[in-house]
Amino acid sequence: MVSLEVRDLGCIRDDRILFSKVNIDLYPGQLLLVEGDNGSGKTSLLRILCGIRLPEHGHVIWQRTNNDKKTAVSVHGQESYAGDMAFLGHLDGNKLDLTVTENLEFSCSLALGNSSTIKEVLERVGLSYFDDLQVSNLSAGQRRRLALARLLLSGARLWILDEPFTALDKKGIAMVEREINAQLDQGGLVIMTSHHSVSFDSDKVTKLSLSQ
Amino acid sequence: MKKTTLSQVFFALLKRDLLLAFRHRAELFNPLLFFVLVVTLFPLGTGADTKLLQTMAPGIIWVAALLAAMLSLDTIFRSDFEDGSLELLLLNAHPTSILVLAKVLAHWLITGVPLMIIAPLLALFLGLDQDLIGLLVLTLLLGTPVLSLIGAVAIALTVGLKRGGILLSLLVLPFYVPVLIFATNAIEMAMSGLPVTAQLWILSSFLLLAITLTPWPTAAALKLSLS
Repeated sequence: MVSLEVRDLGCIRDDRILFSKVNIDLYPGQLLLVEGDNGSGKTSLLRILCGIRLPEHGHVIWQRTNNDKKTAVSVHGQESYAGDMAFLGHLDGNKLDLTVTENLEFSCSLALGNSSTIKEVLERVGLSYFDDLQVSNLSAGQRRRLALARLLLSGARLWILDEPFTALDKKGIAMVEREINAQLDQGGLVIMTSHHSVSFDSDKVTKLSLSQ
Repeated sequence: MKKTTLSQVFFALLKRDLLLAFRHRAELFNPLLFFVLVVTLFPLGTGADTKLLQTMAPGIIWVAALLAAMLSLDTIFRSDFEDGSLELLLLNAHPTSILVLAKVLAHWLITGVPLMIIAPLLALFLGLDQDLIGLLVLTLLLGTPVLSLIGAVAIALTVGLKRGGILLSLLVLPFYVPVLIFATNAIEMAMSGLPVTAQLWILSSFLLLAITLTPWPTAAALKLSLS
């Protein structure tokens, strides 16, 4: 059963065709690695997939319930999709003047429901000792870890990650890879871009190249 | 699994914005200081003619309040836009219009309410009749939320632009003028002993219309600014 279907997706930015006719079928437990040079439209693709940006043409369909082509609804503007999806962009989305815990408490209330507690999640990303510190006092890597903690807390089935390894140290990268593997083992889906080489089982990974 | 309801999200966002404002106390005083400065400079500029000041008092206070509100609009979405948390607010299962309403309410509590508190003092200072001060505060109570709600639409449209300042004032001023006219007119009518219920009803209807109609265009404009 396909969870995420992308059909004939195209994106035009400033009168330049970034990509067209992108087709993706993503199954539960699979990771989609989007590759491409700088400016090839990786971030634009991810922003279309998570619903921030509208595509020039084509559809993104999440968990199609029946096989009738005409009734399939695109994810754009669908609230049920937003509850199933968690996005980590270039910006961390942390409030600098709130503490680590306050930031996570707020994302807890935005999520539809969550299974892990803030304490557990902070331990997993290695921020337990910083829970009452304001984010403005954290380093760039620690801020990235906090953004990842929010992702874990969301309990979403689909993760869309734009360069998740930015600013992370070696331990951090290993931690993210571990969490992605755990997510895939639970039947979750991950879509990510990365300039680092990633080490996942090759049968779990689908690659999509955006270079012309 | 624990489920979050819409009202929990609304109050969580309200609490977050108020907490953030509290940690930025210094910035809070900017619009308020501007309001006090403009009003206190008027008597120095026009001379200490009590009669003149008294007739101009409602206009001076309302124009200063309107400009102070406009000056503070930028803070509604700017920081959320810059640190990426606006994307997260739009990308969740809750209706954006309700979240927008929570943000605007927080903004009004932070900027509008202090204006209402300091206004009676400034009104006395300009020699406004003491019986009319209650009415002045009432017009501010009905009018300033409208300023915040309408301003939110315009700021949502311009938040993606580097320099949206001039565009912002061109967008909001036409919508601010009716509020200004009816609010100052109410106080002027009351000065000559005429009934003001009509003006107050019109201001109330502005408020109701703004609460019900502006969250949707604000949410749509935010989506447009982010894409």
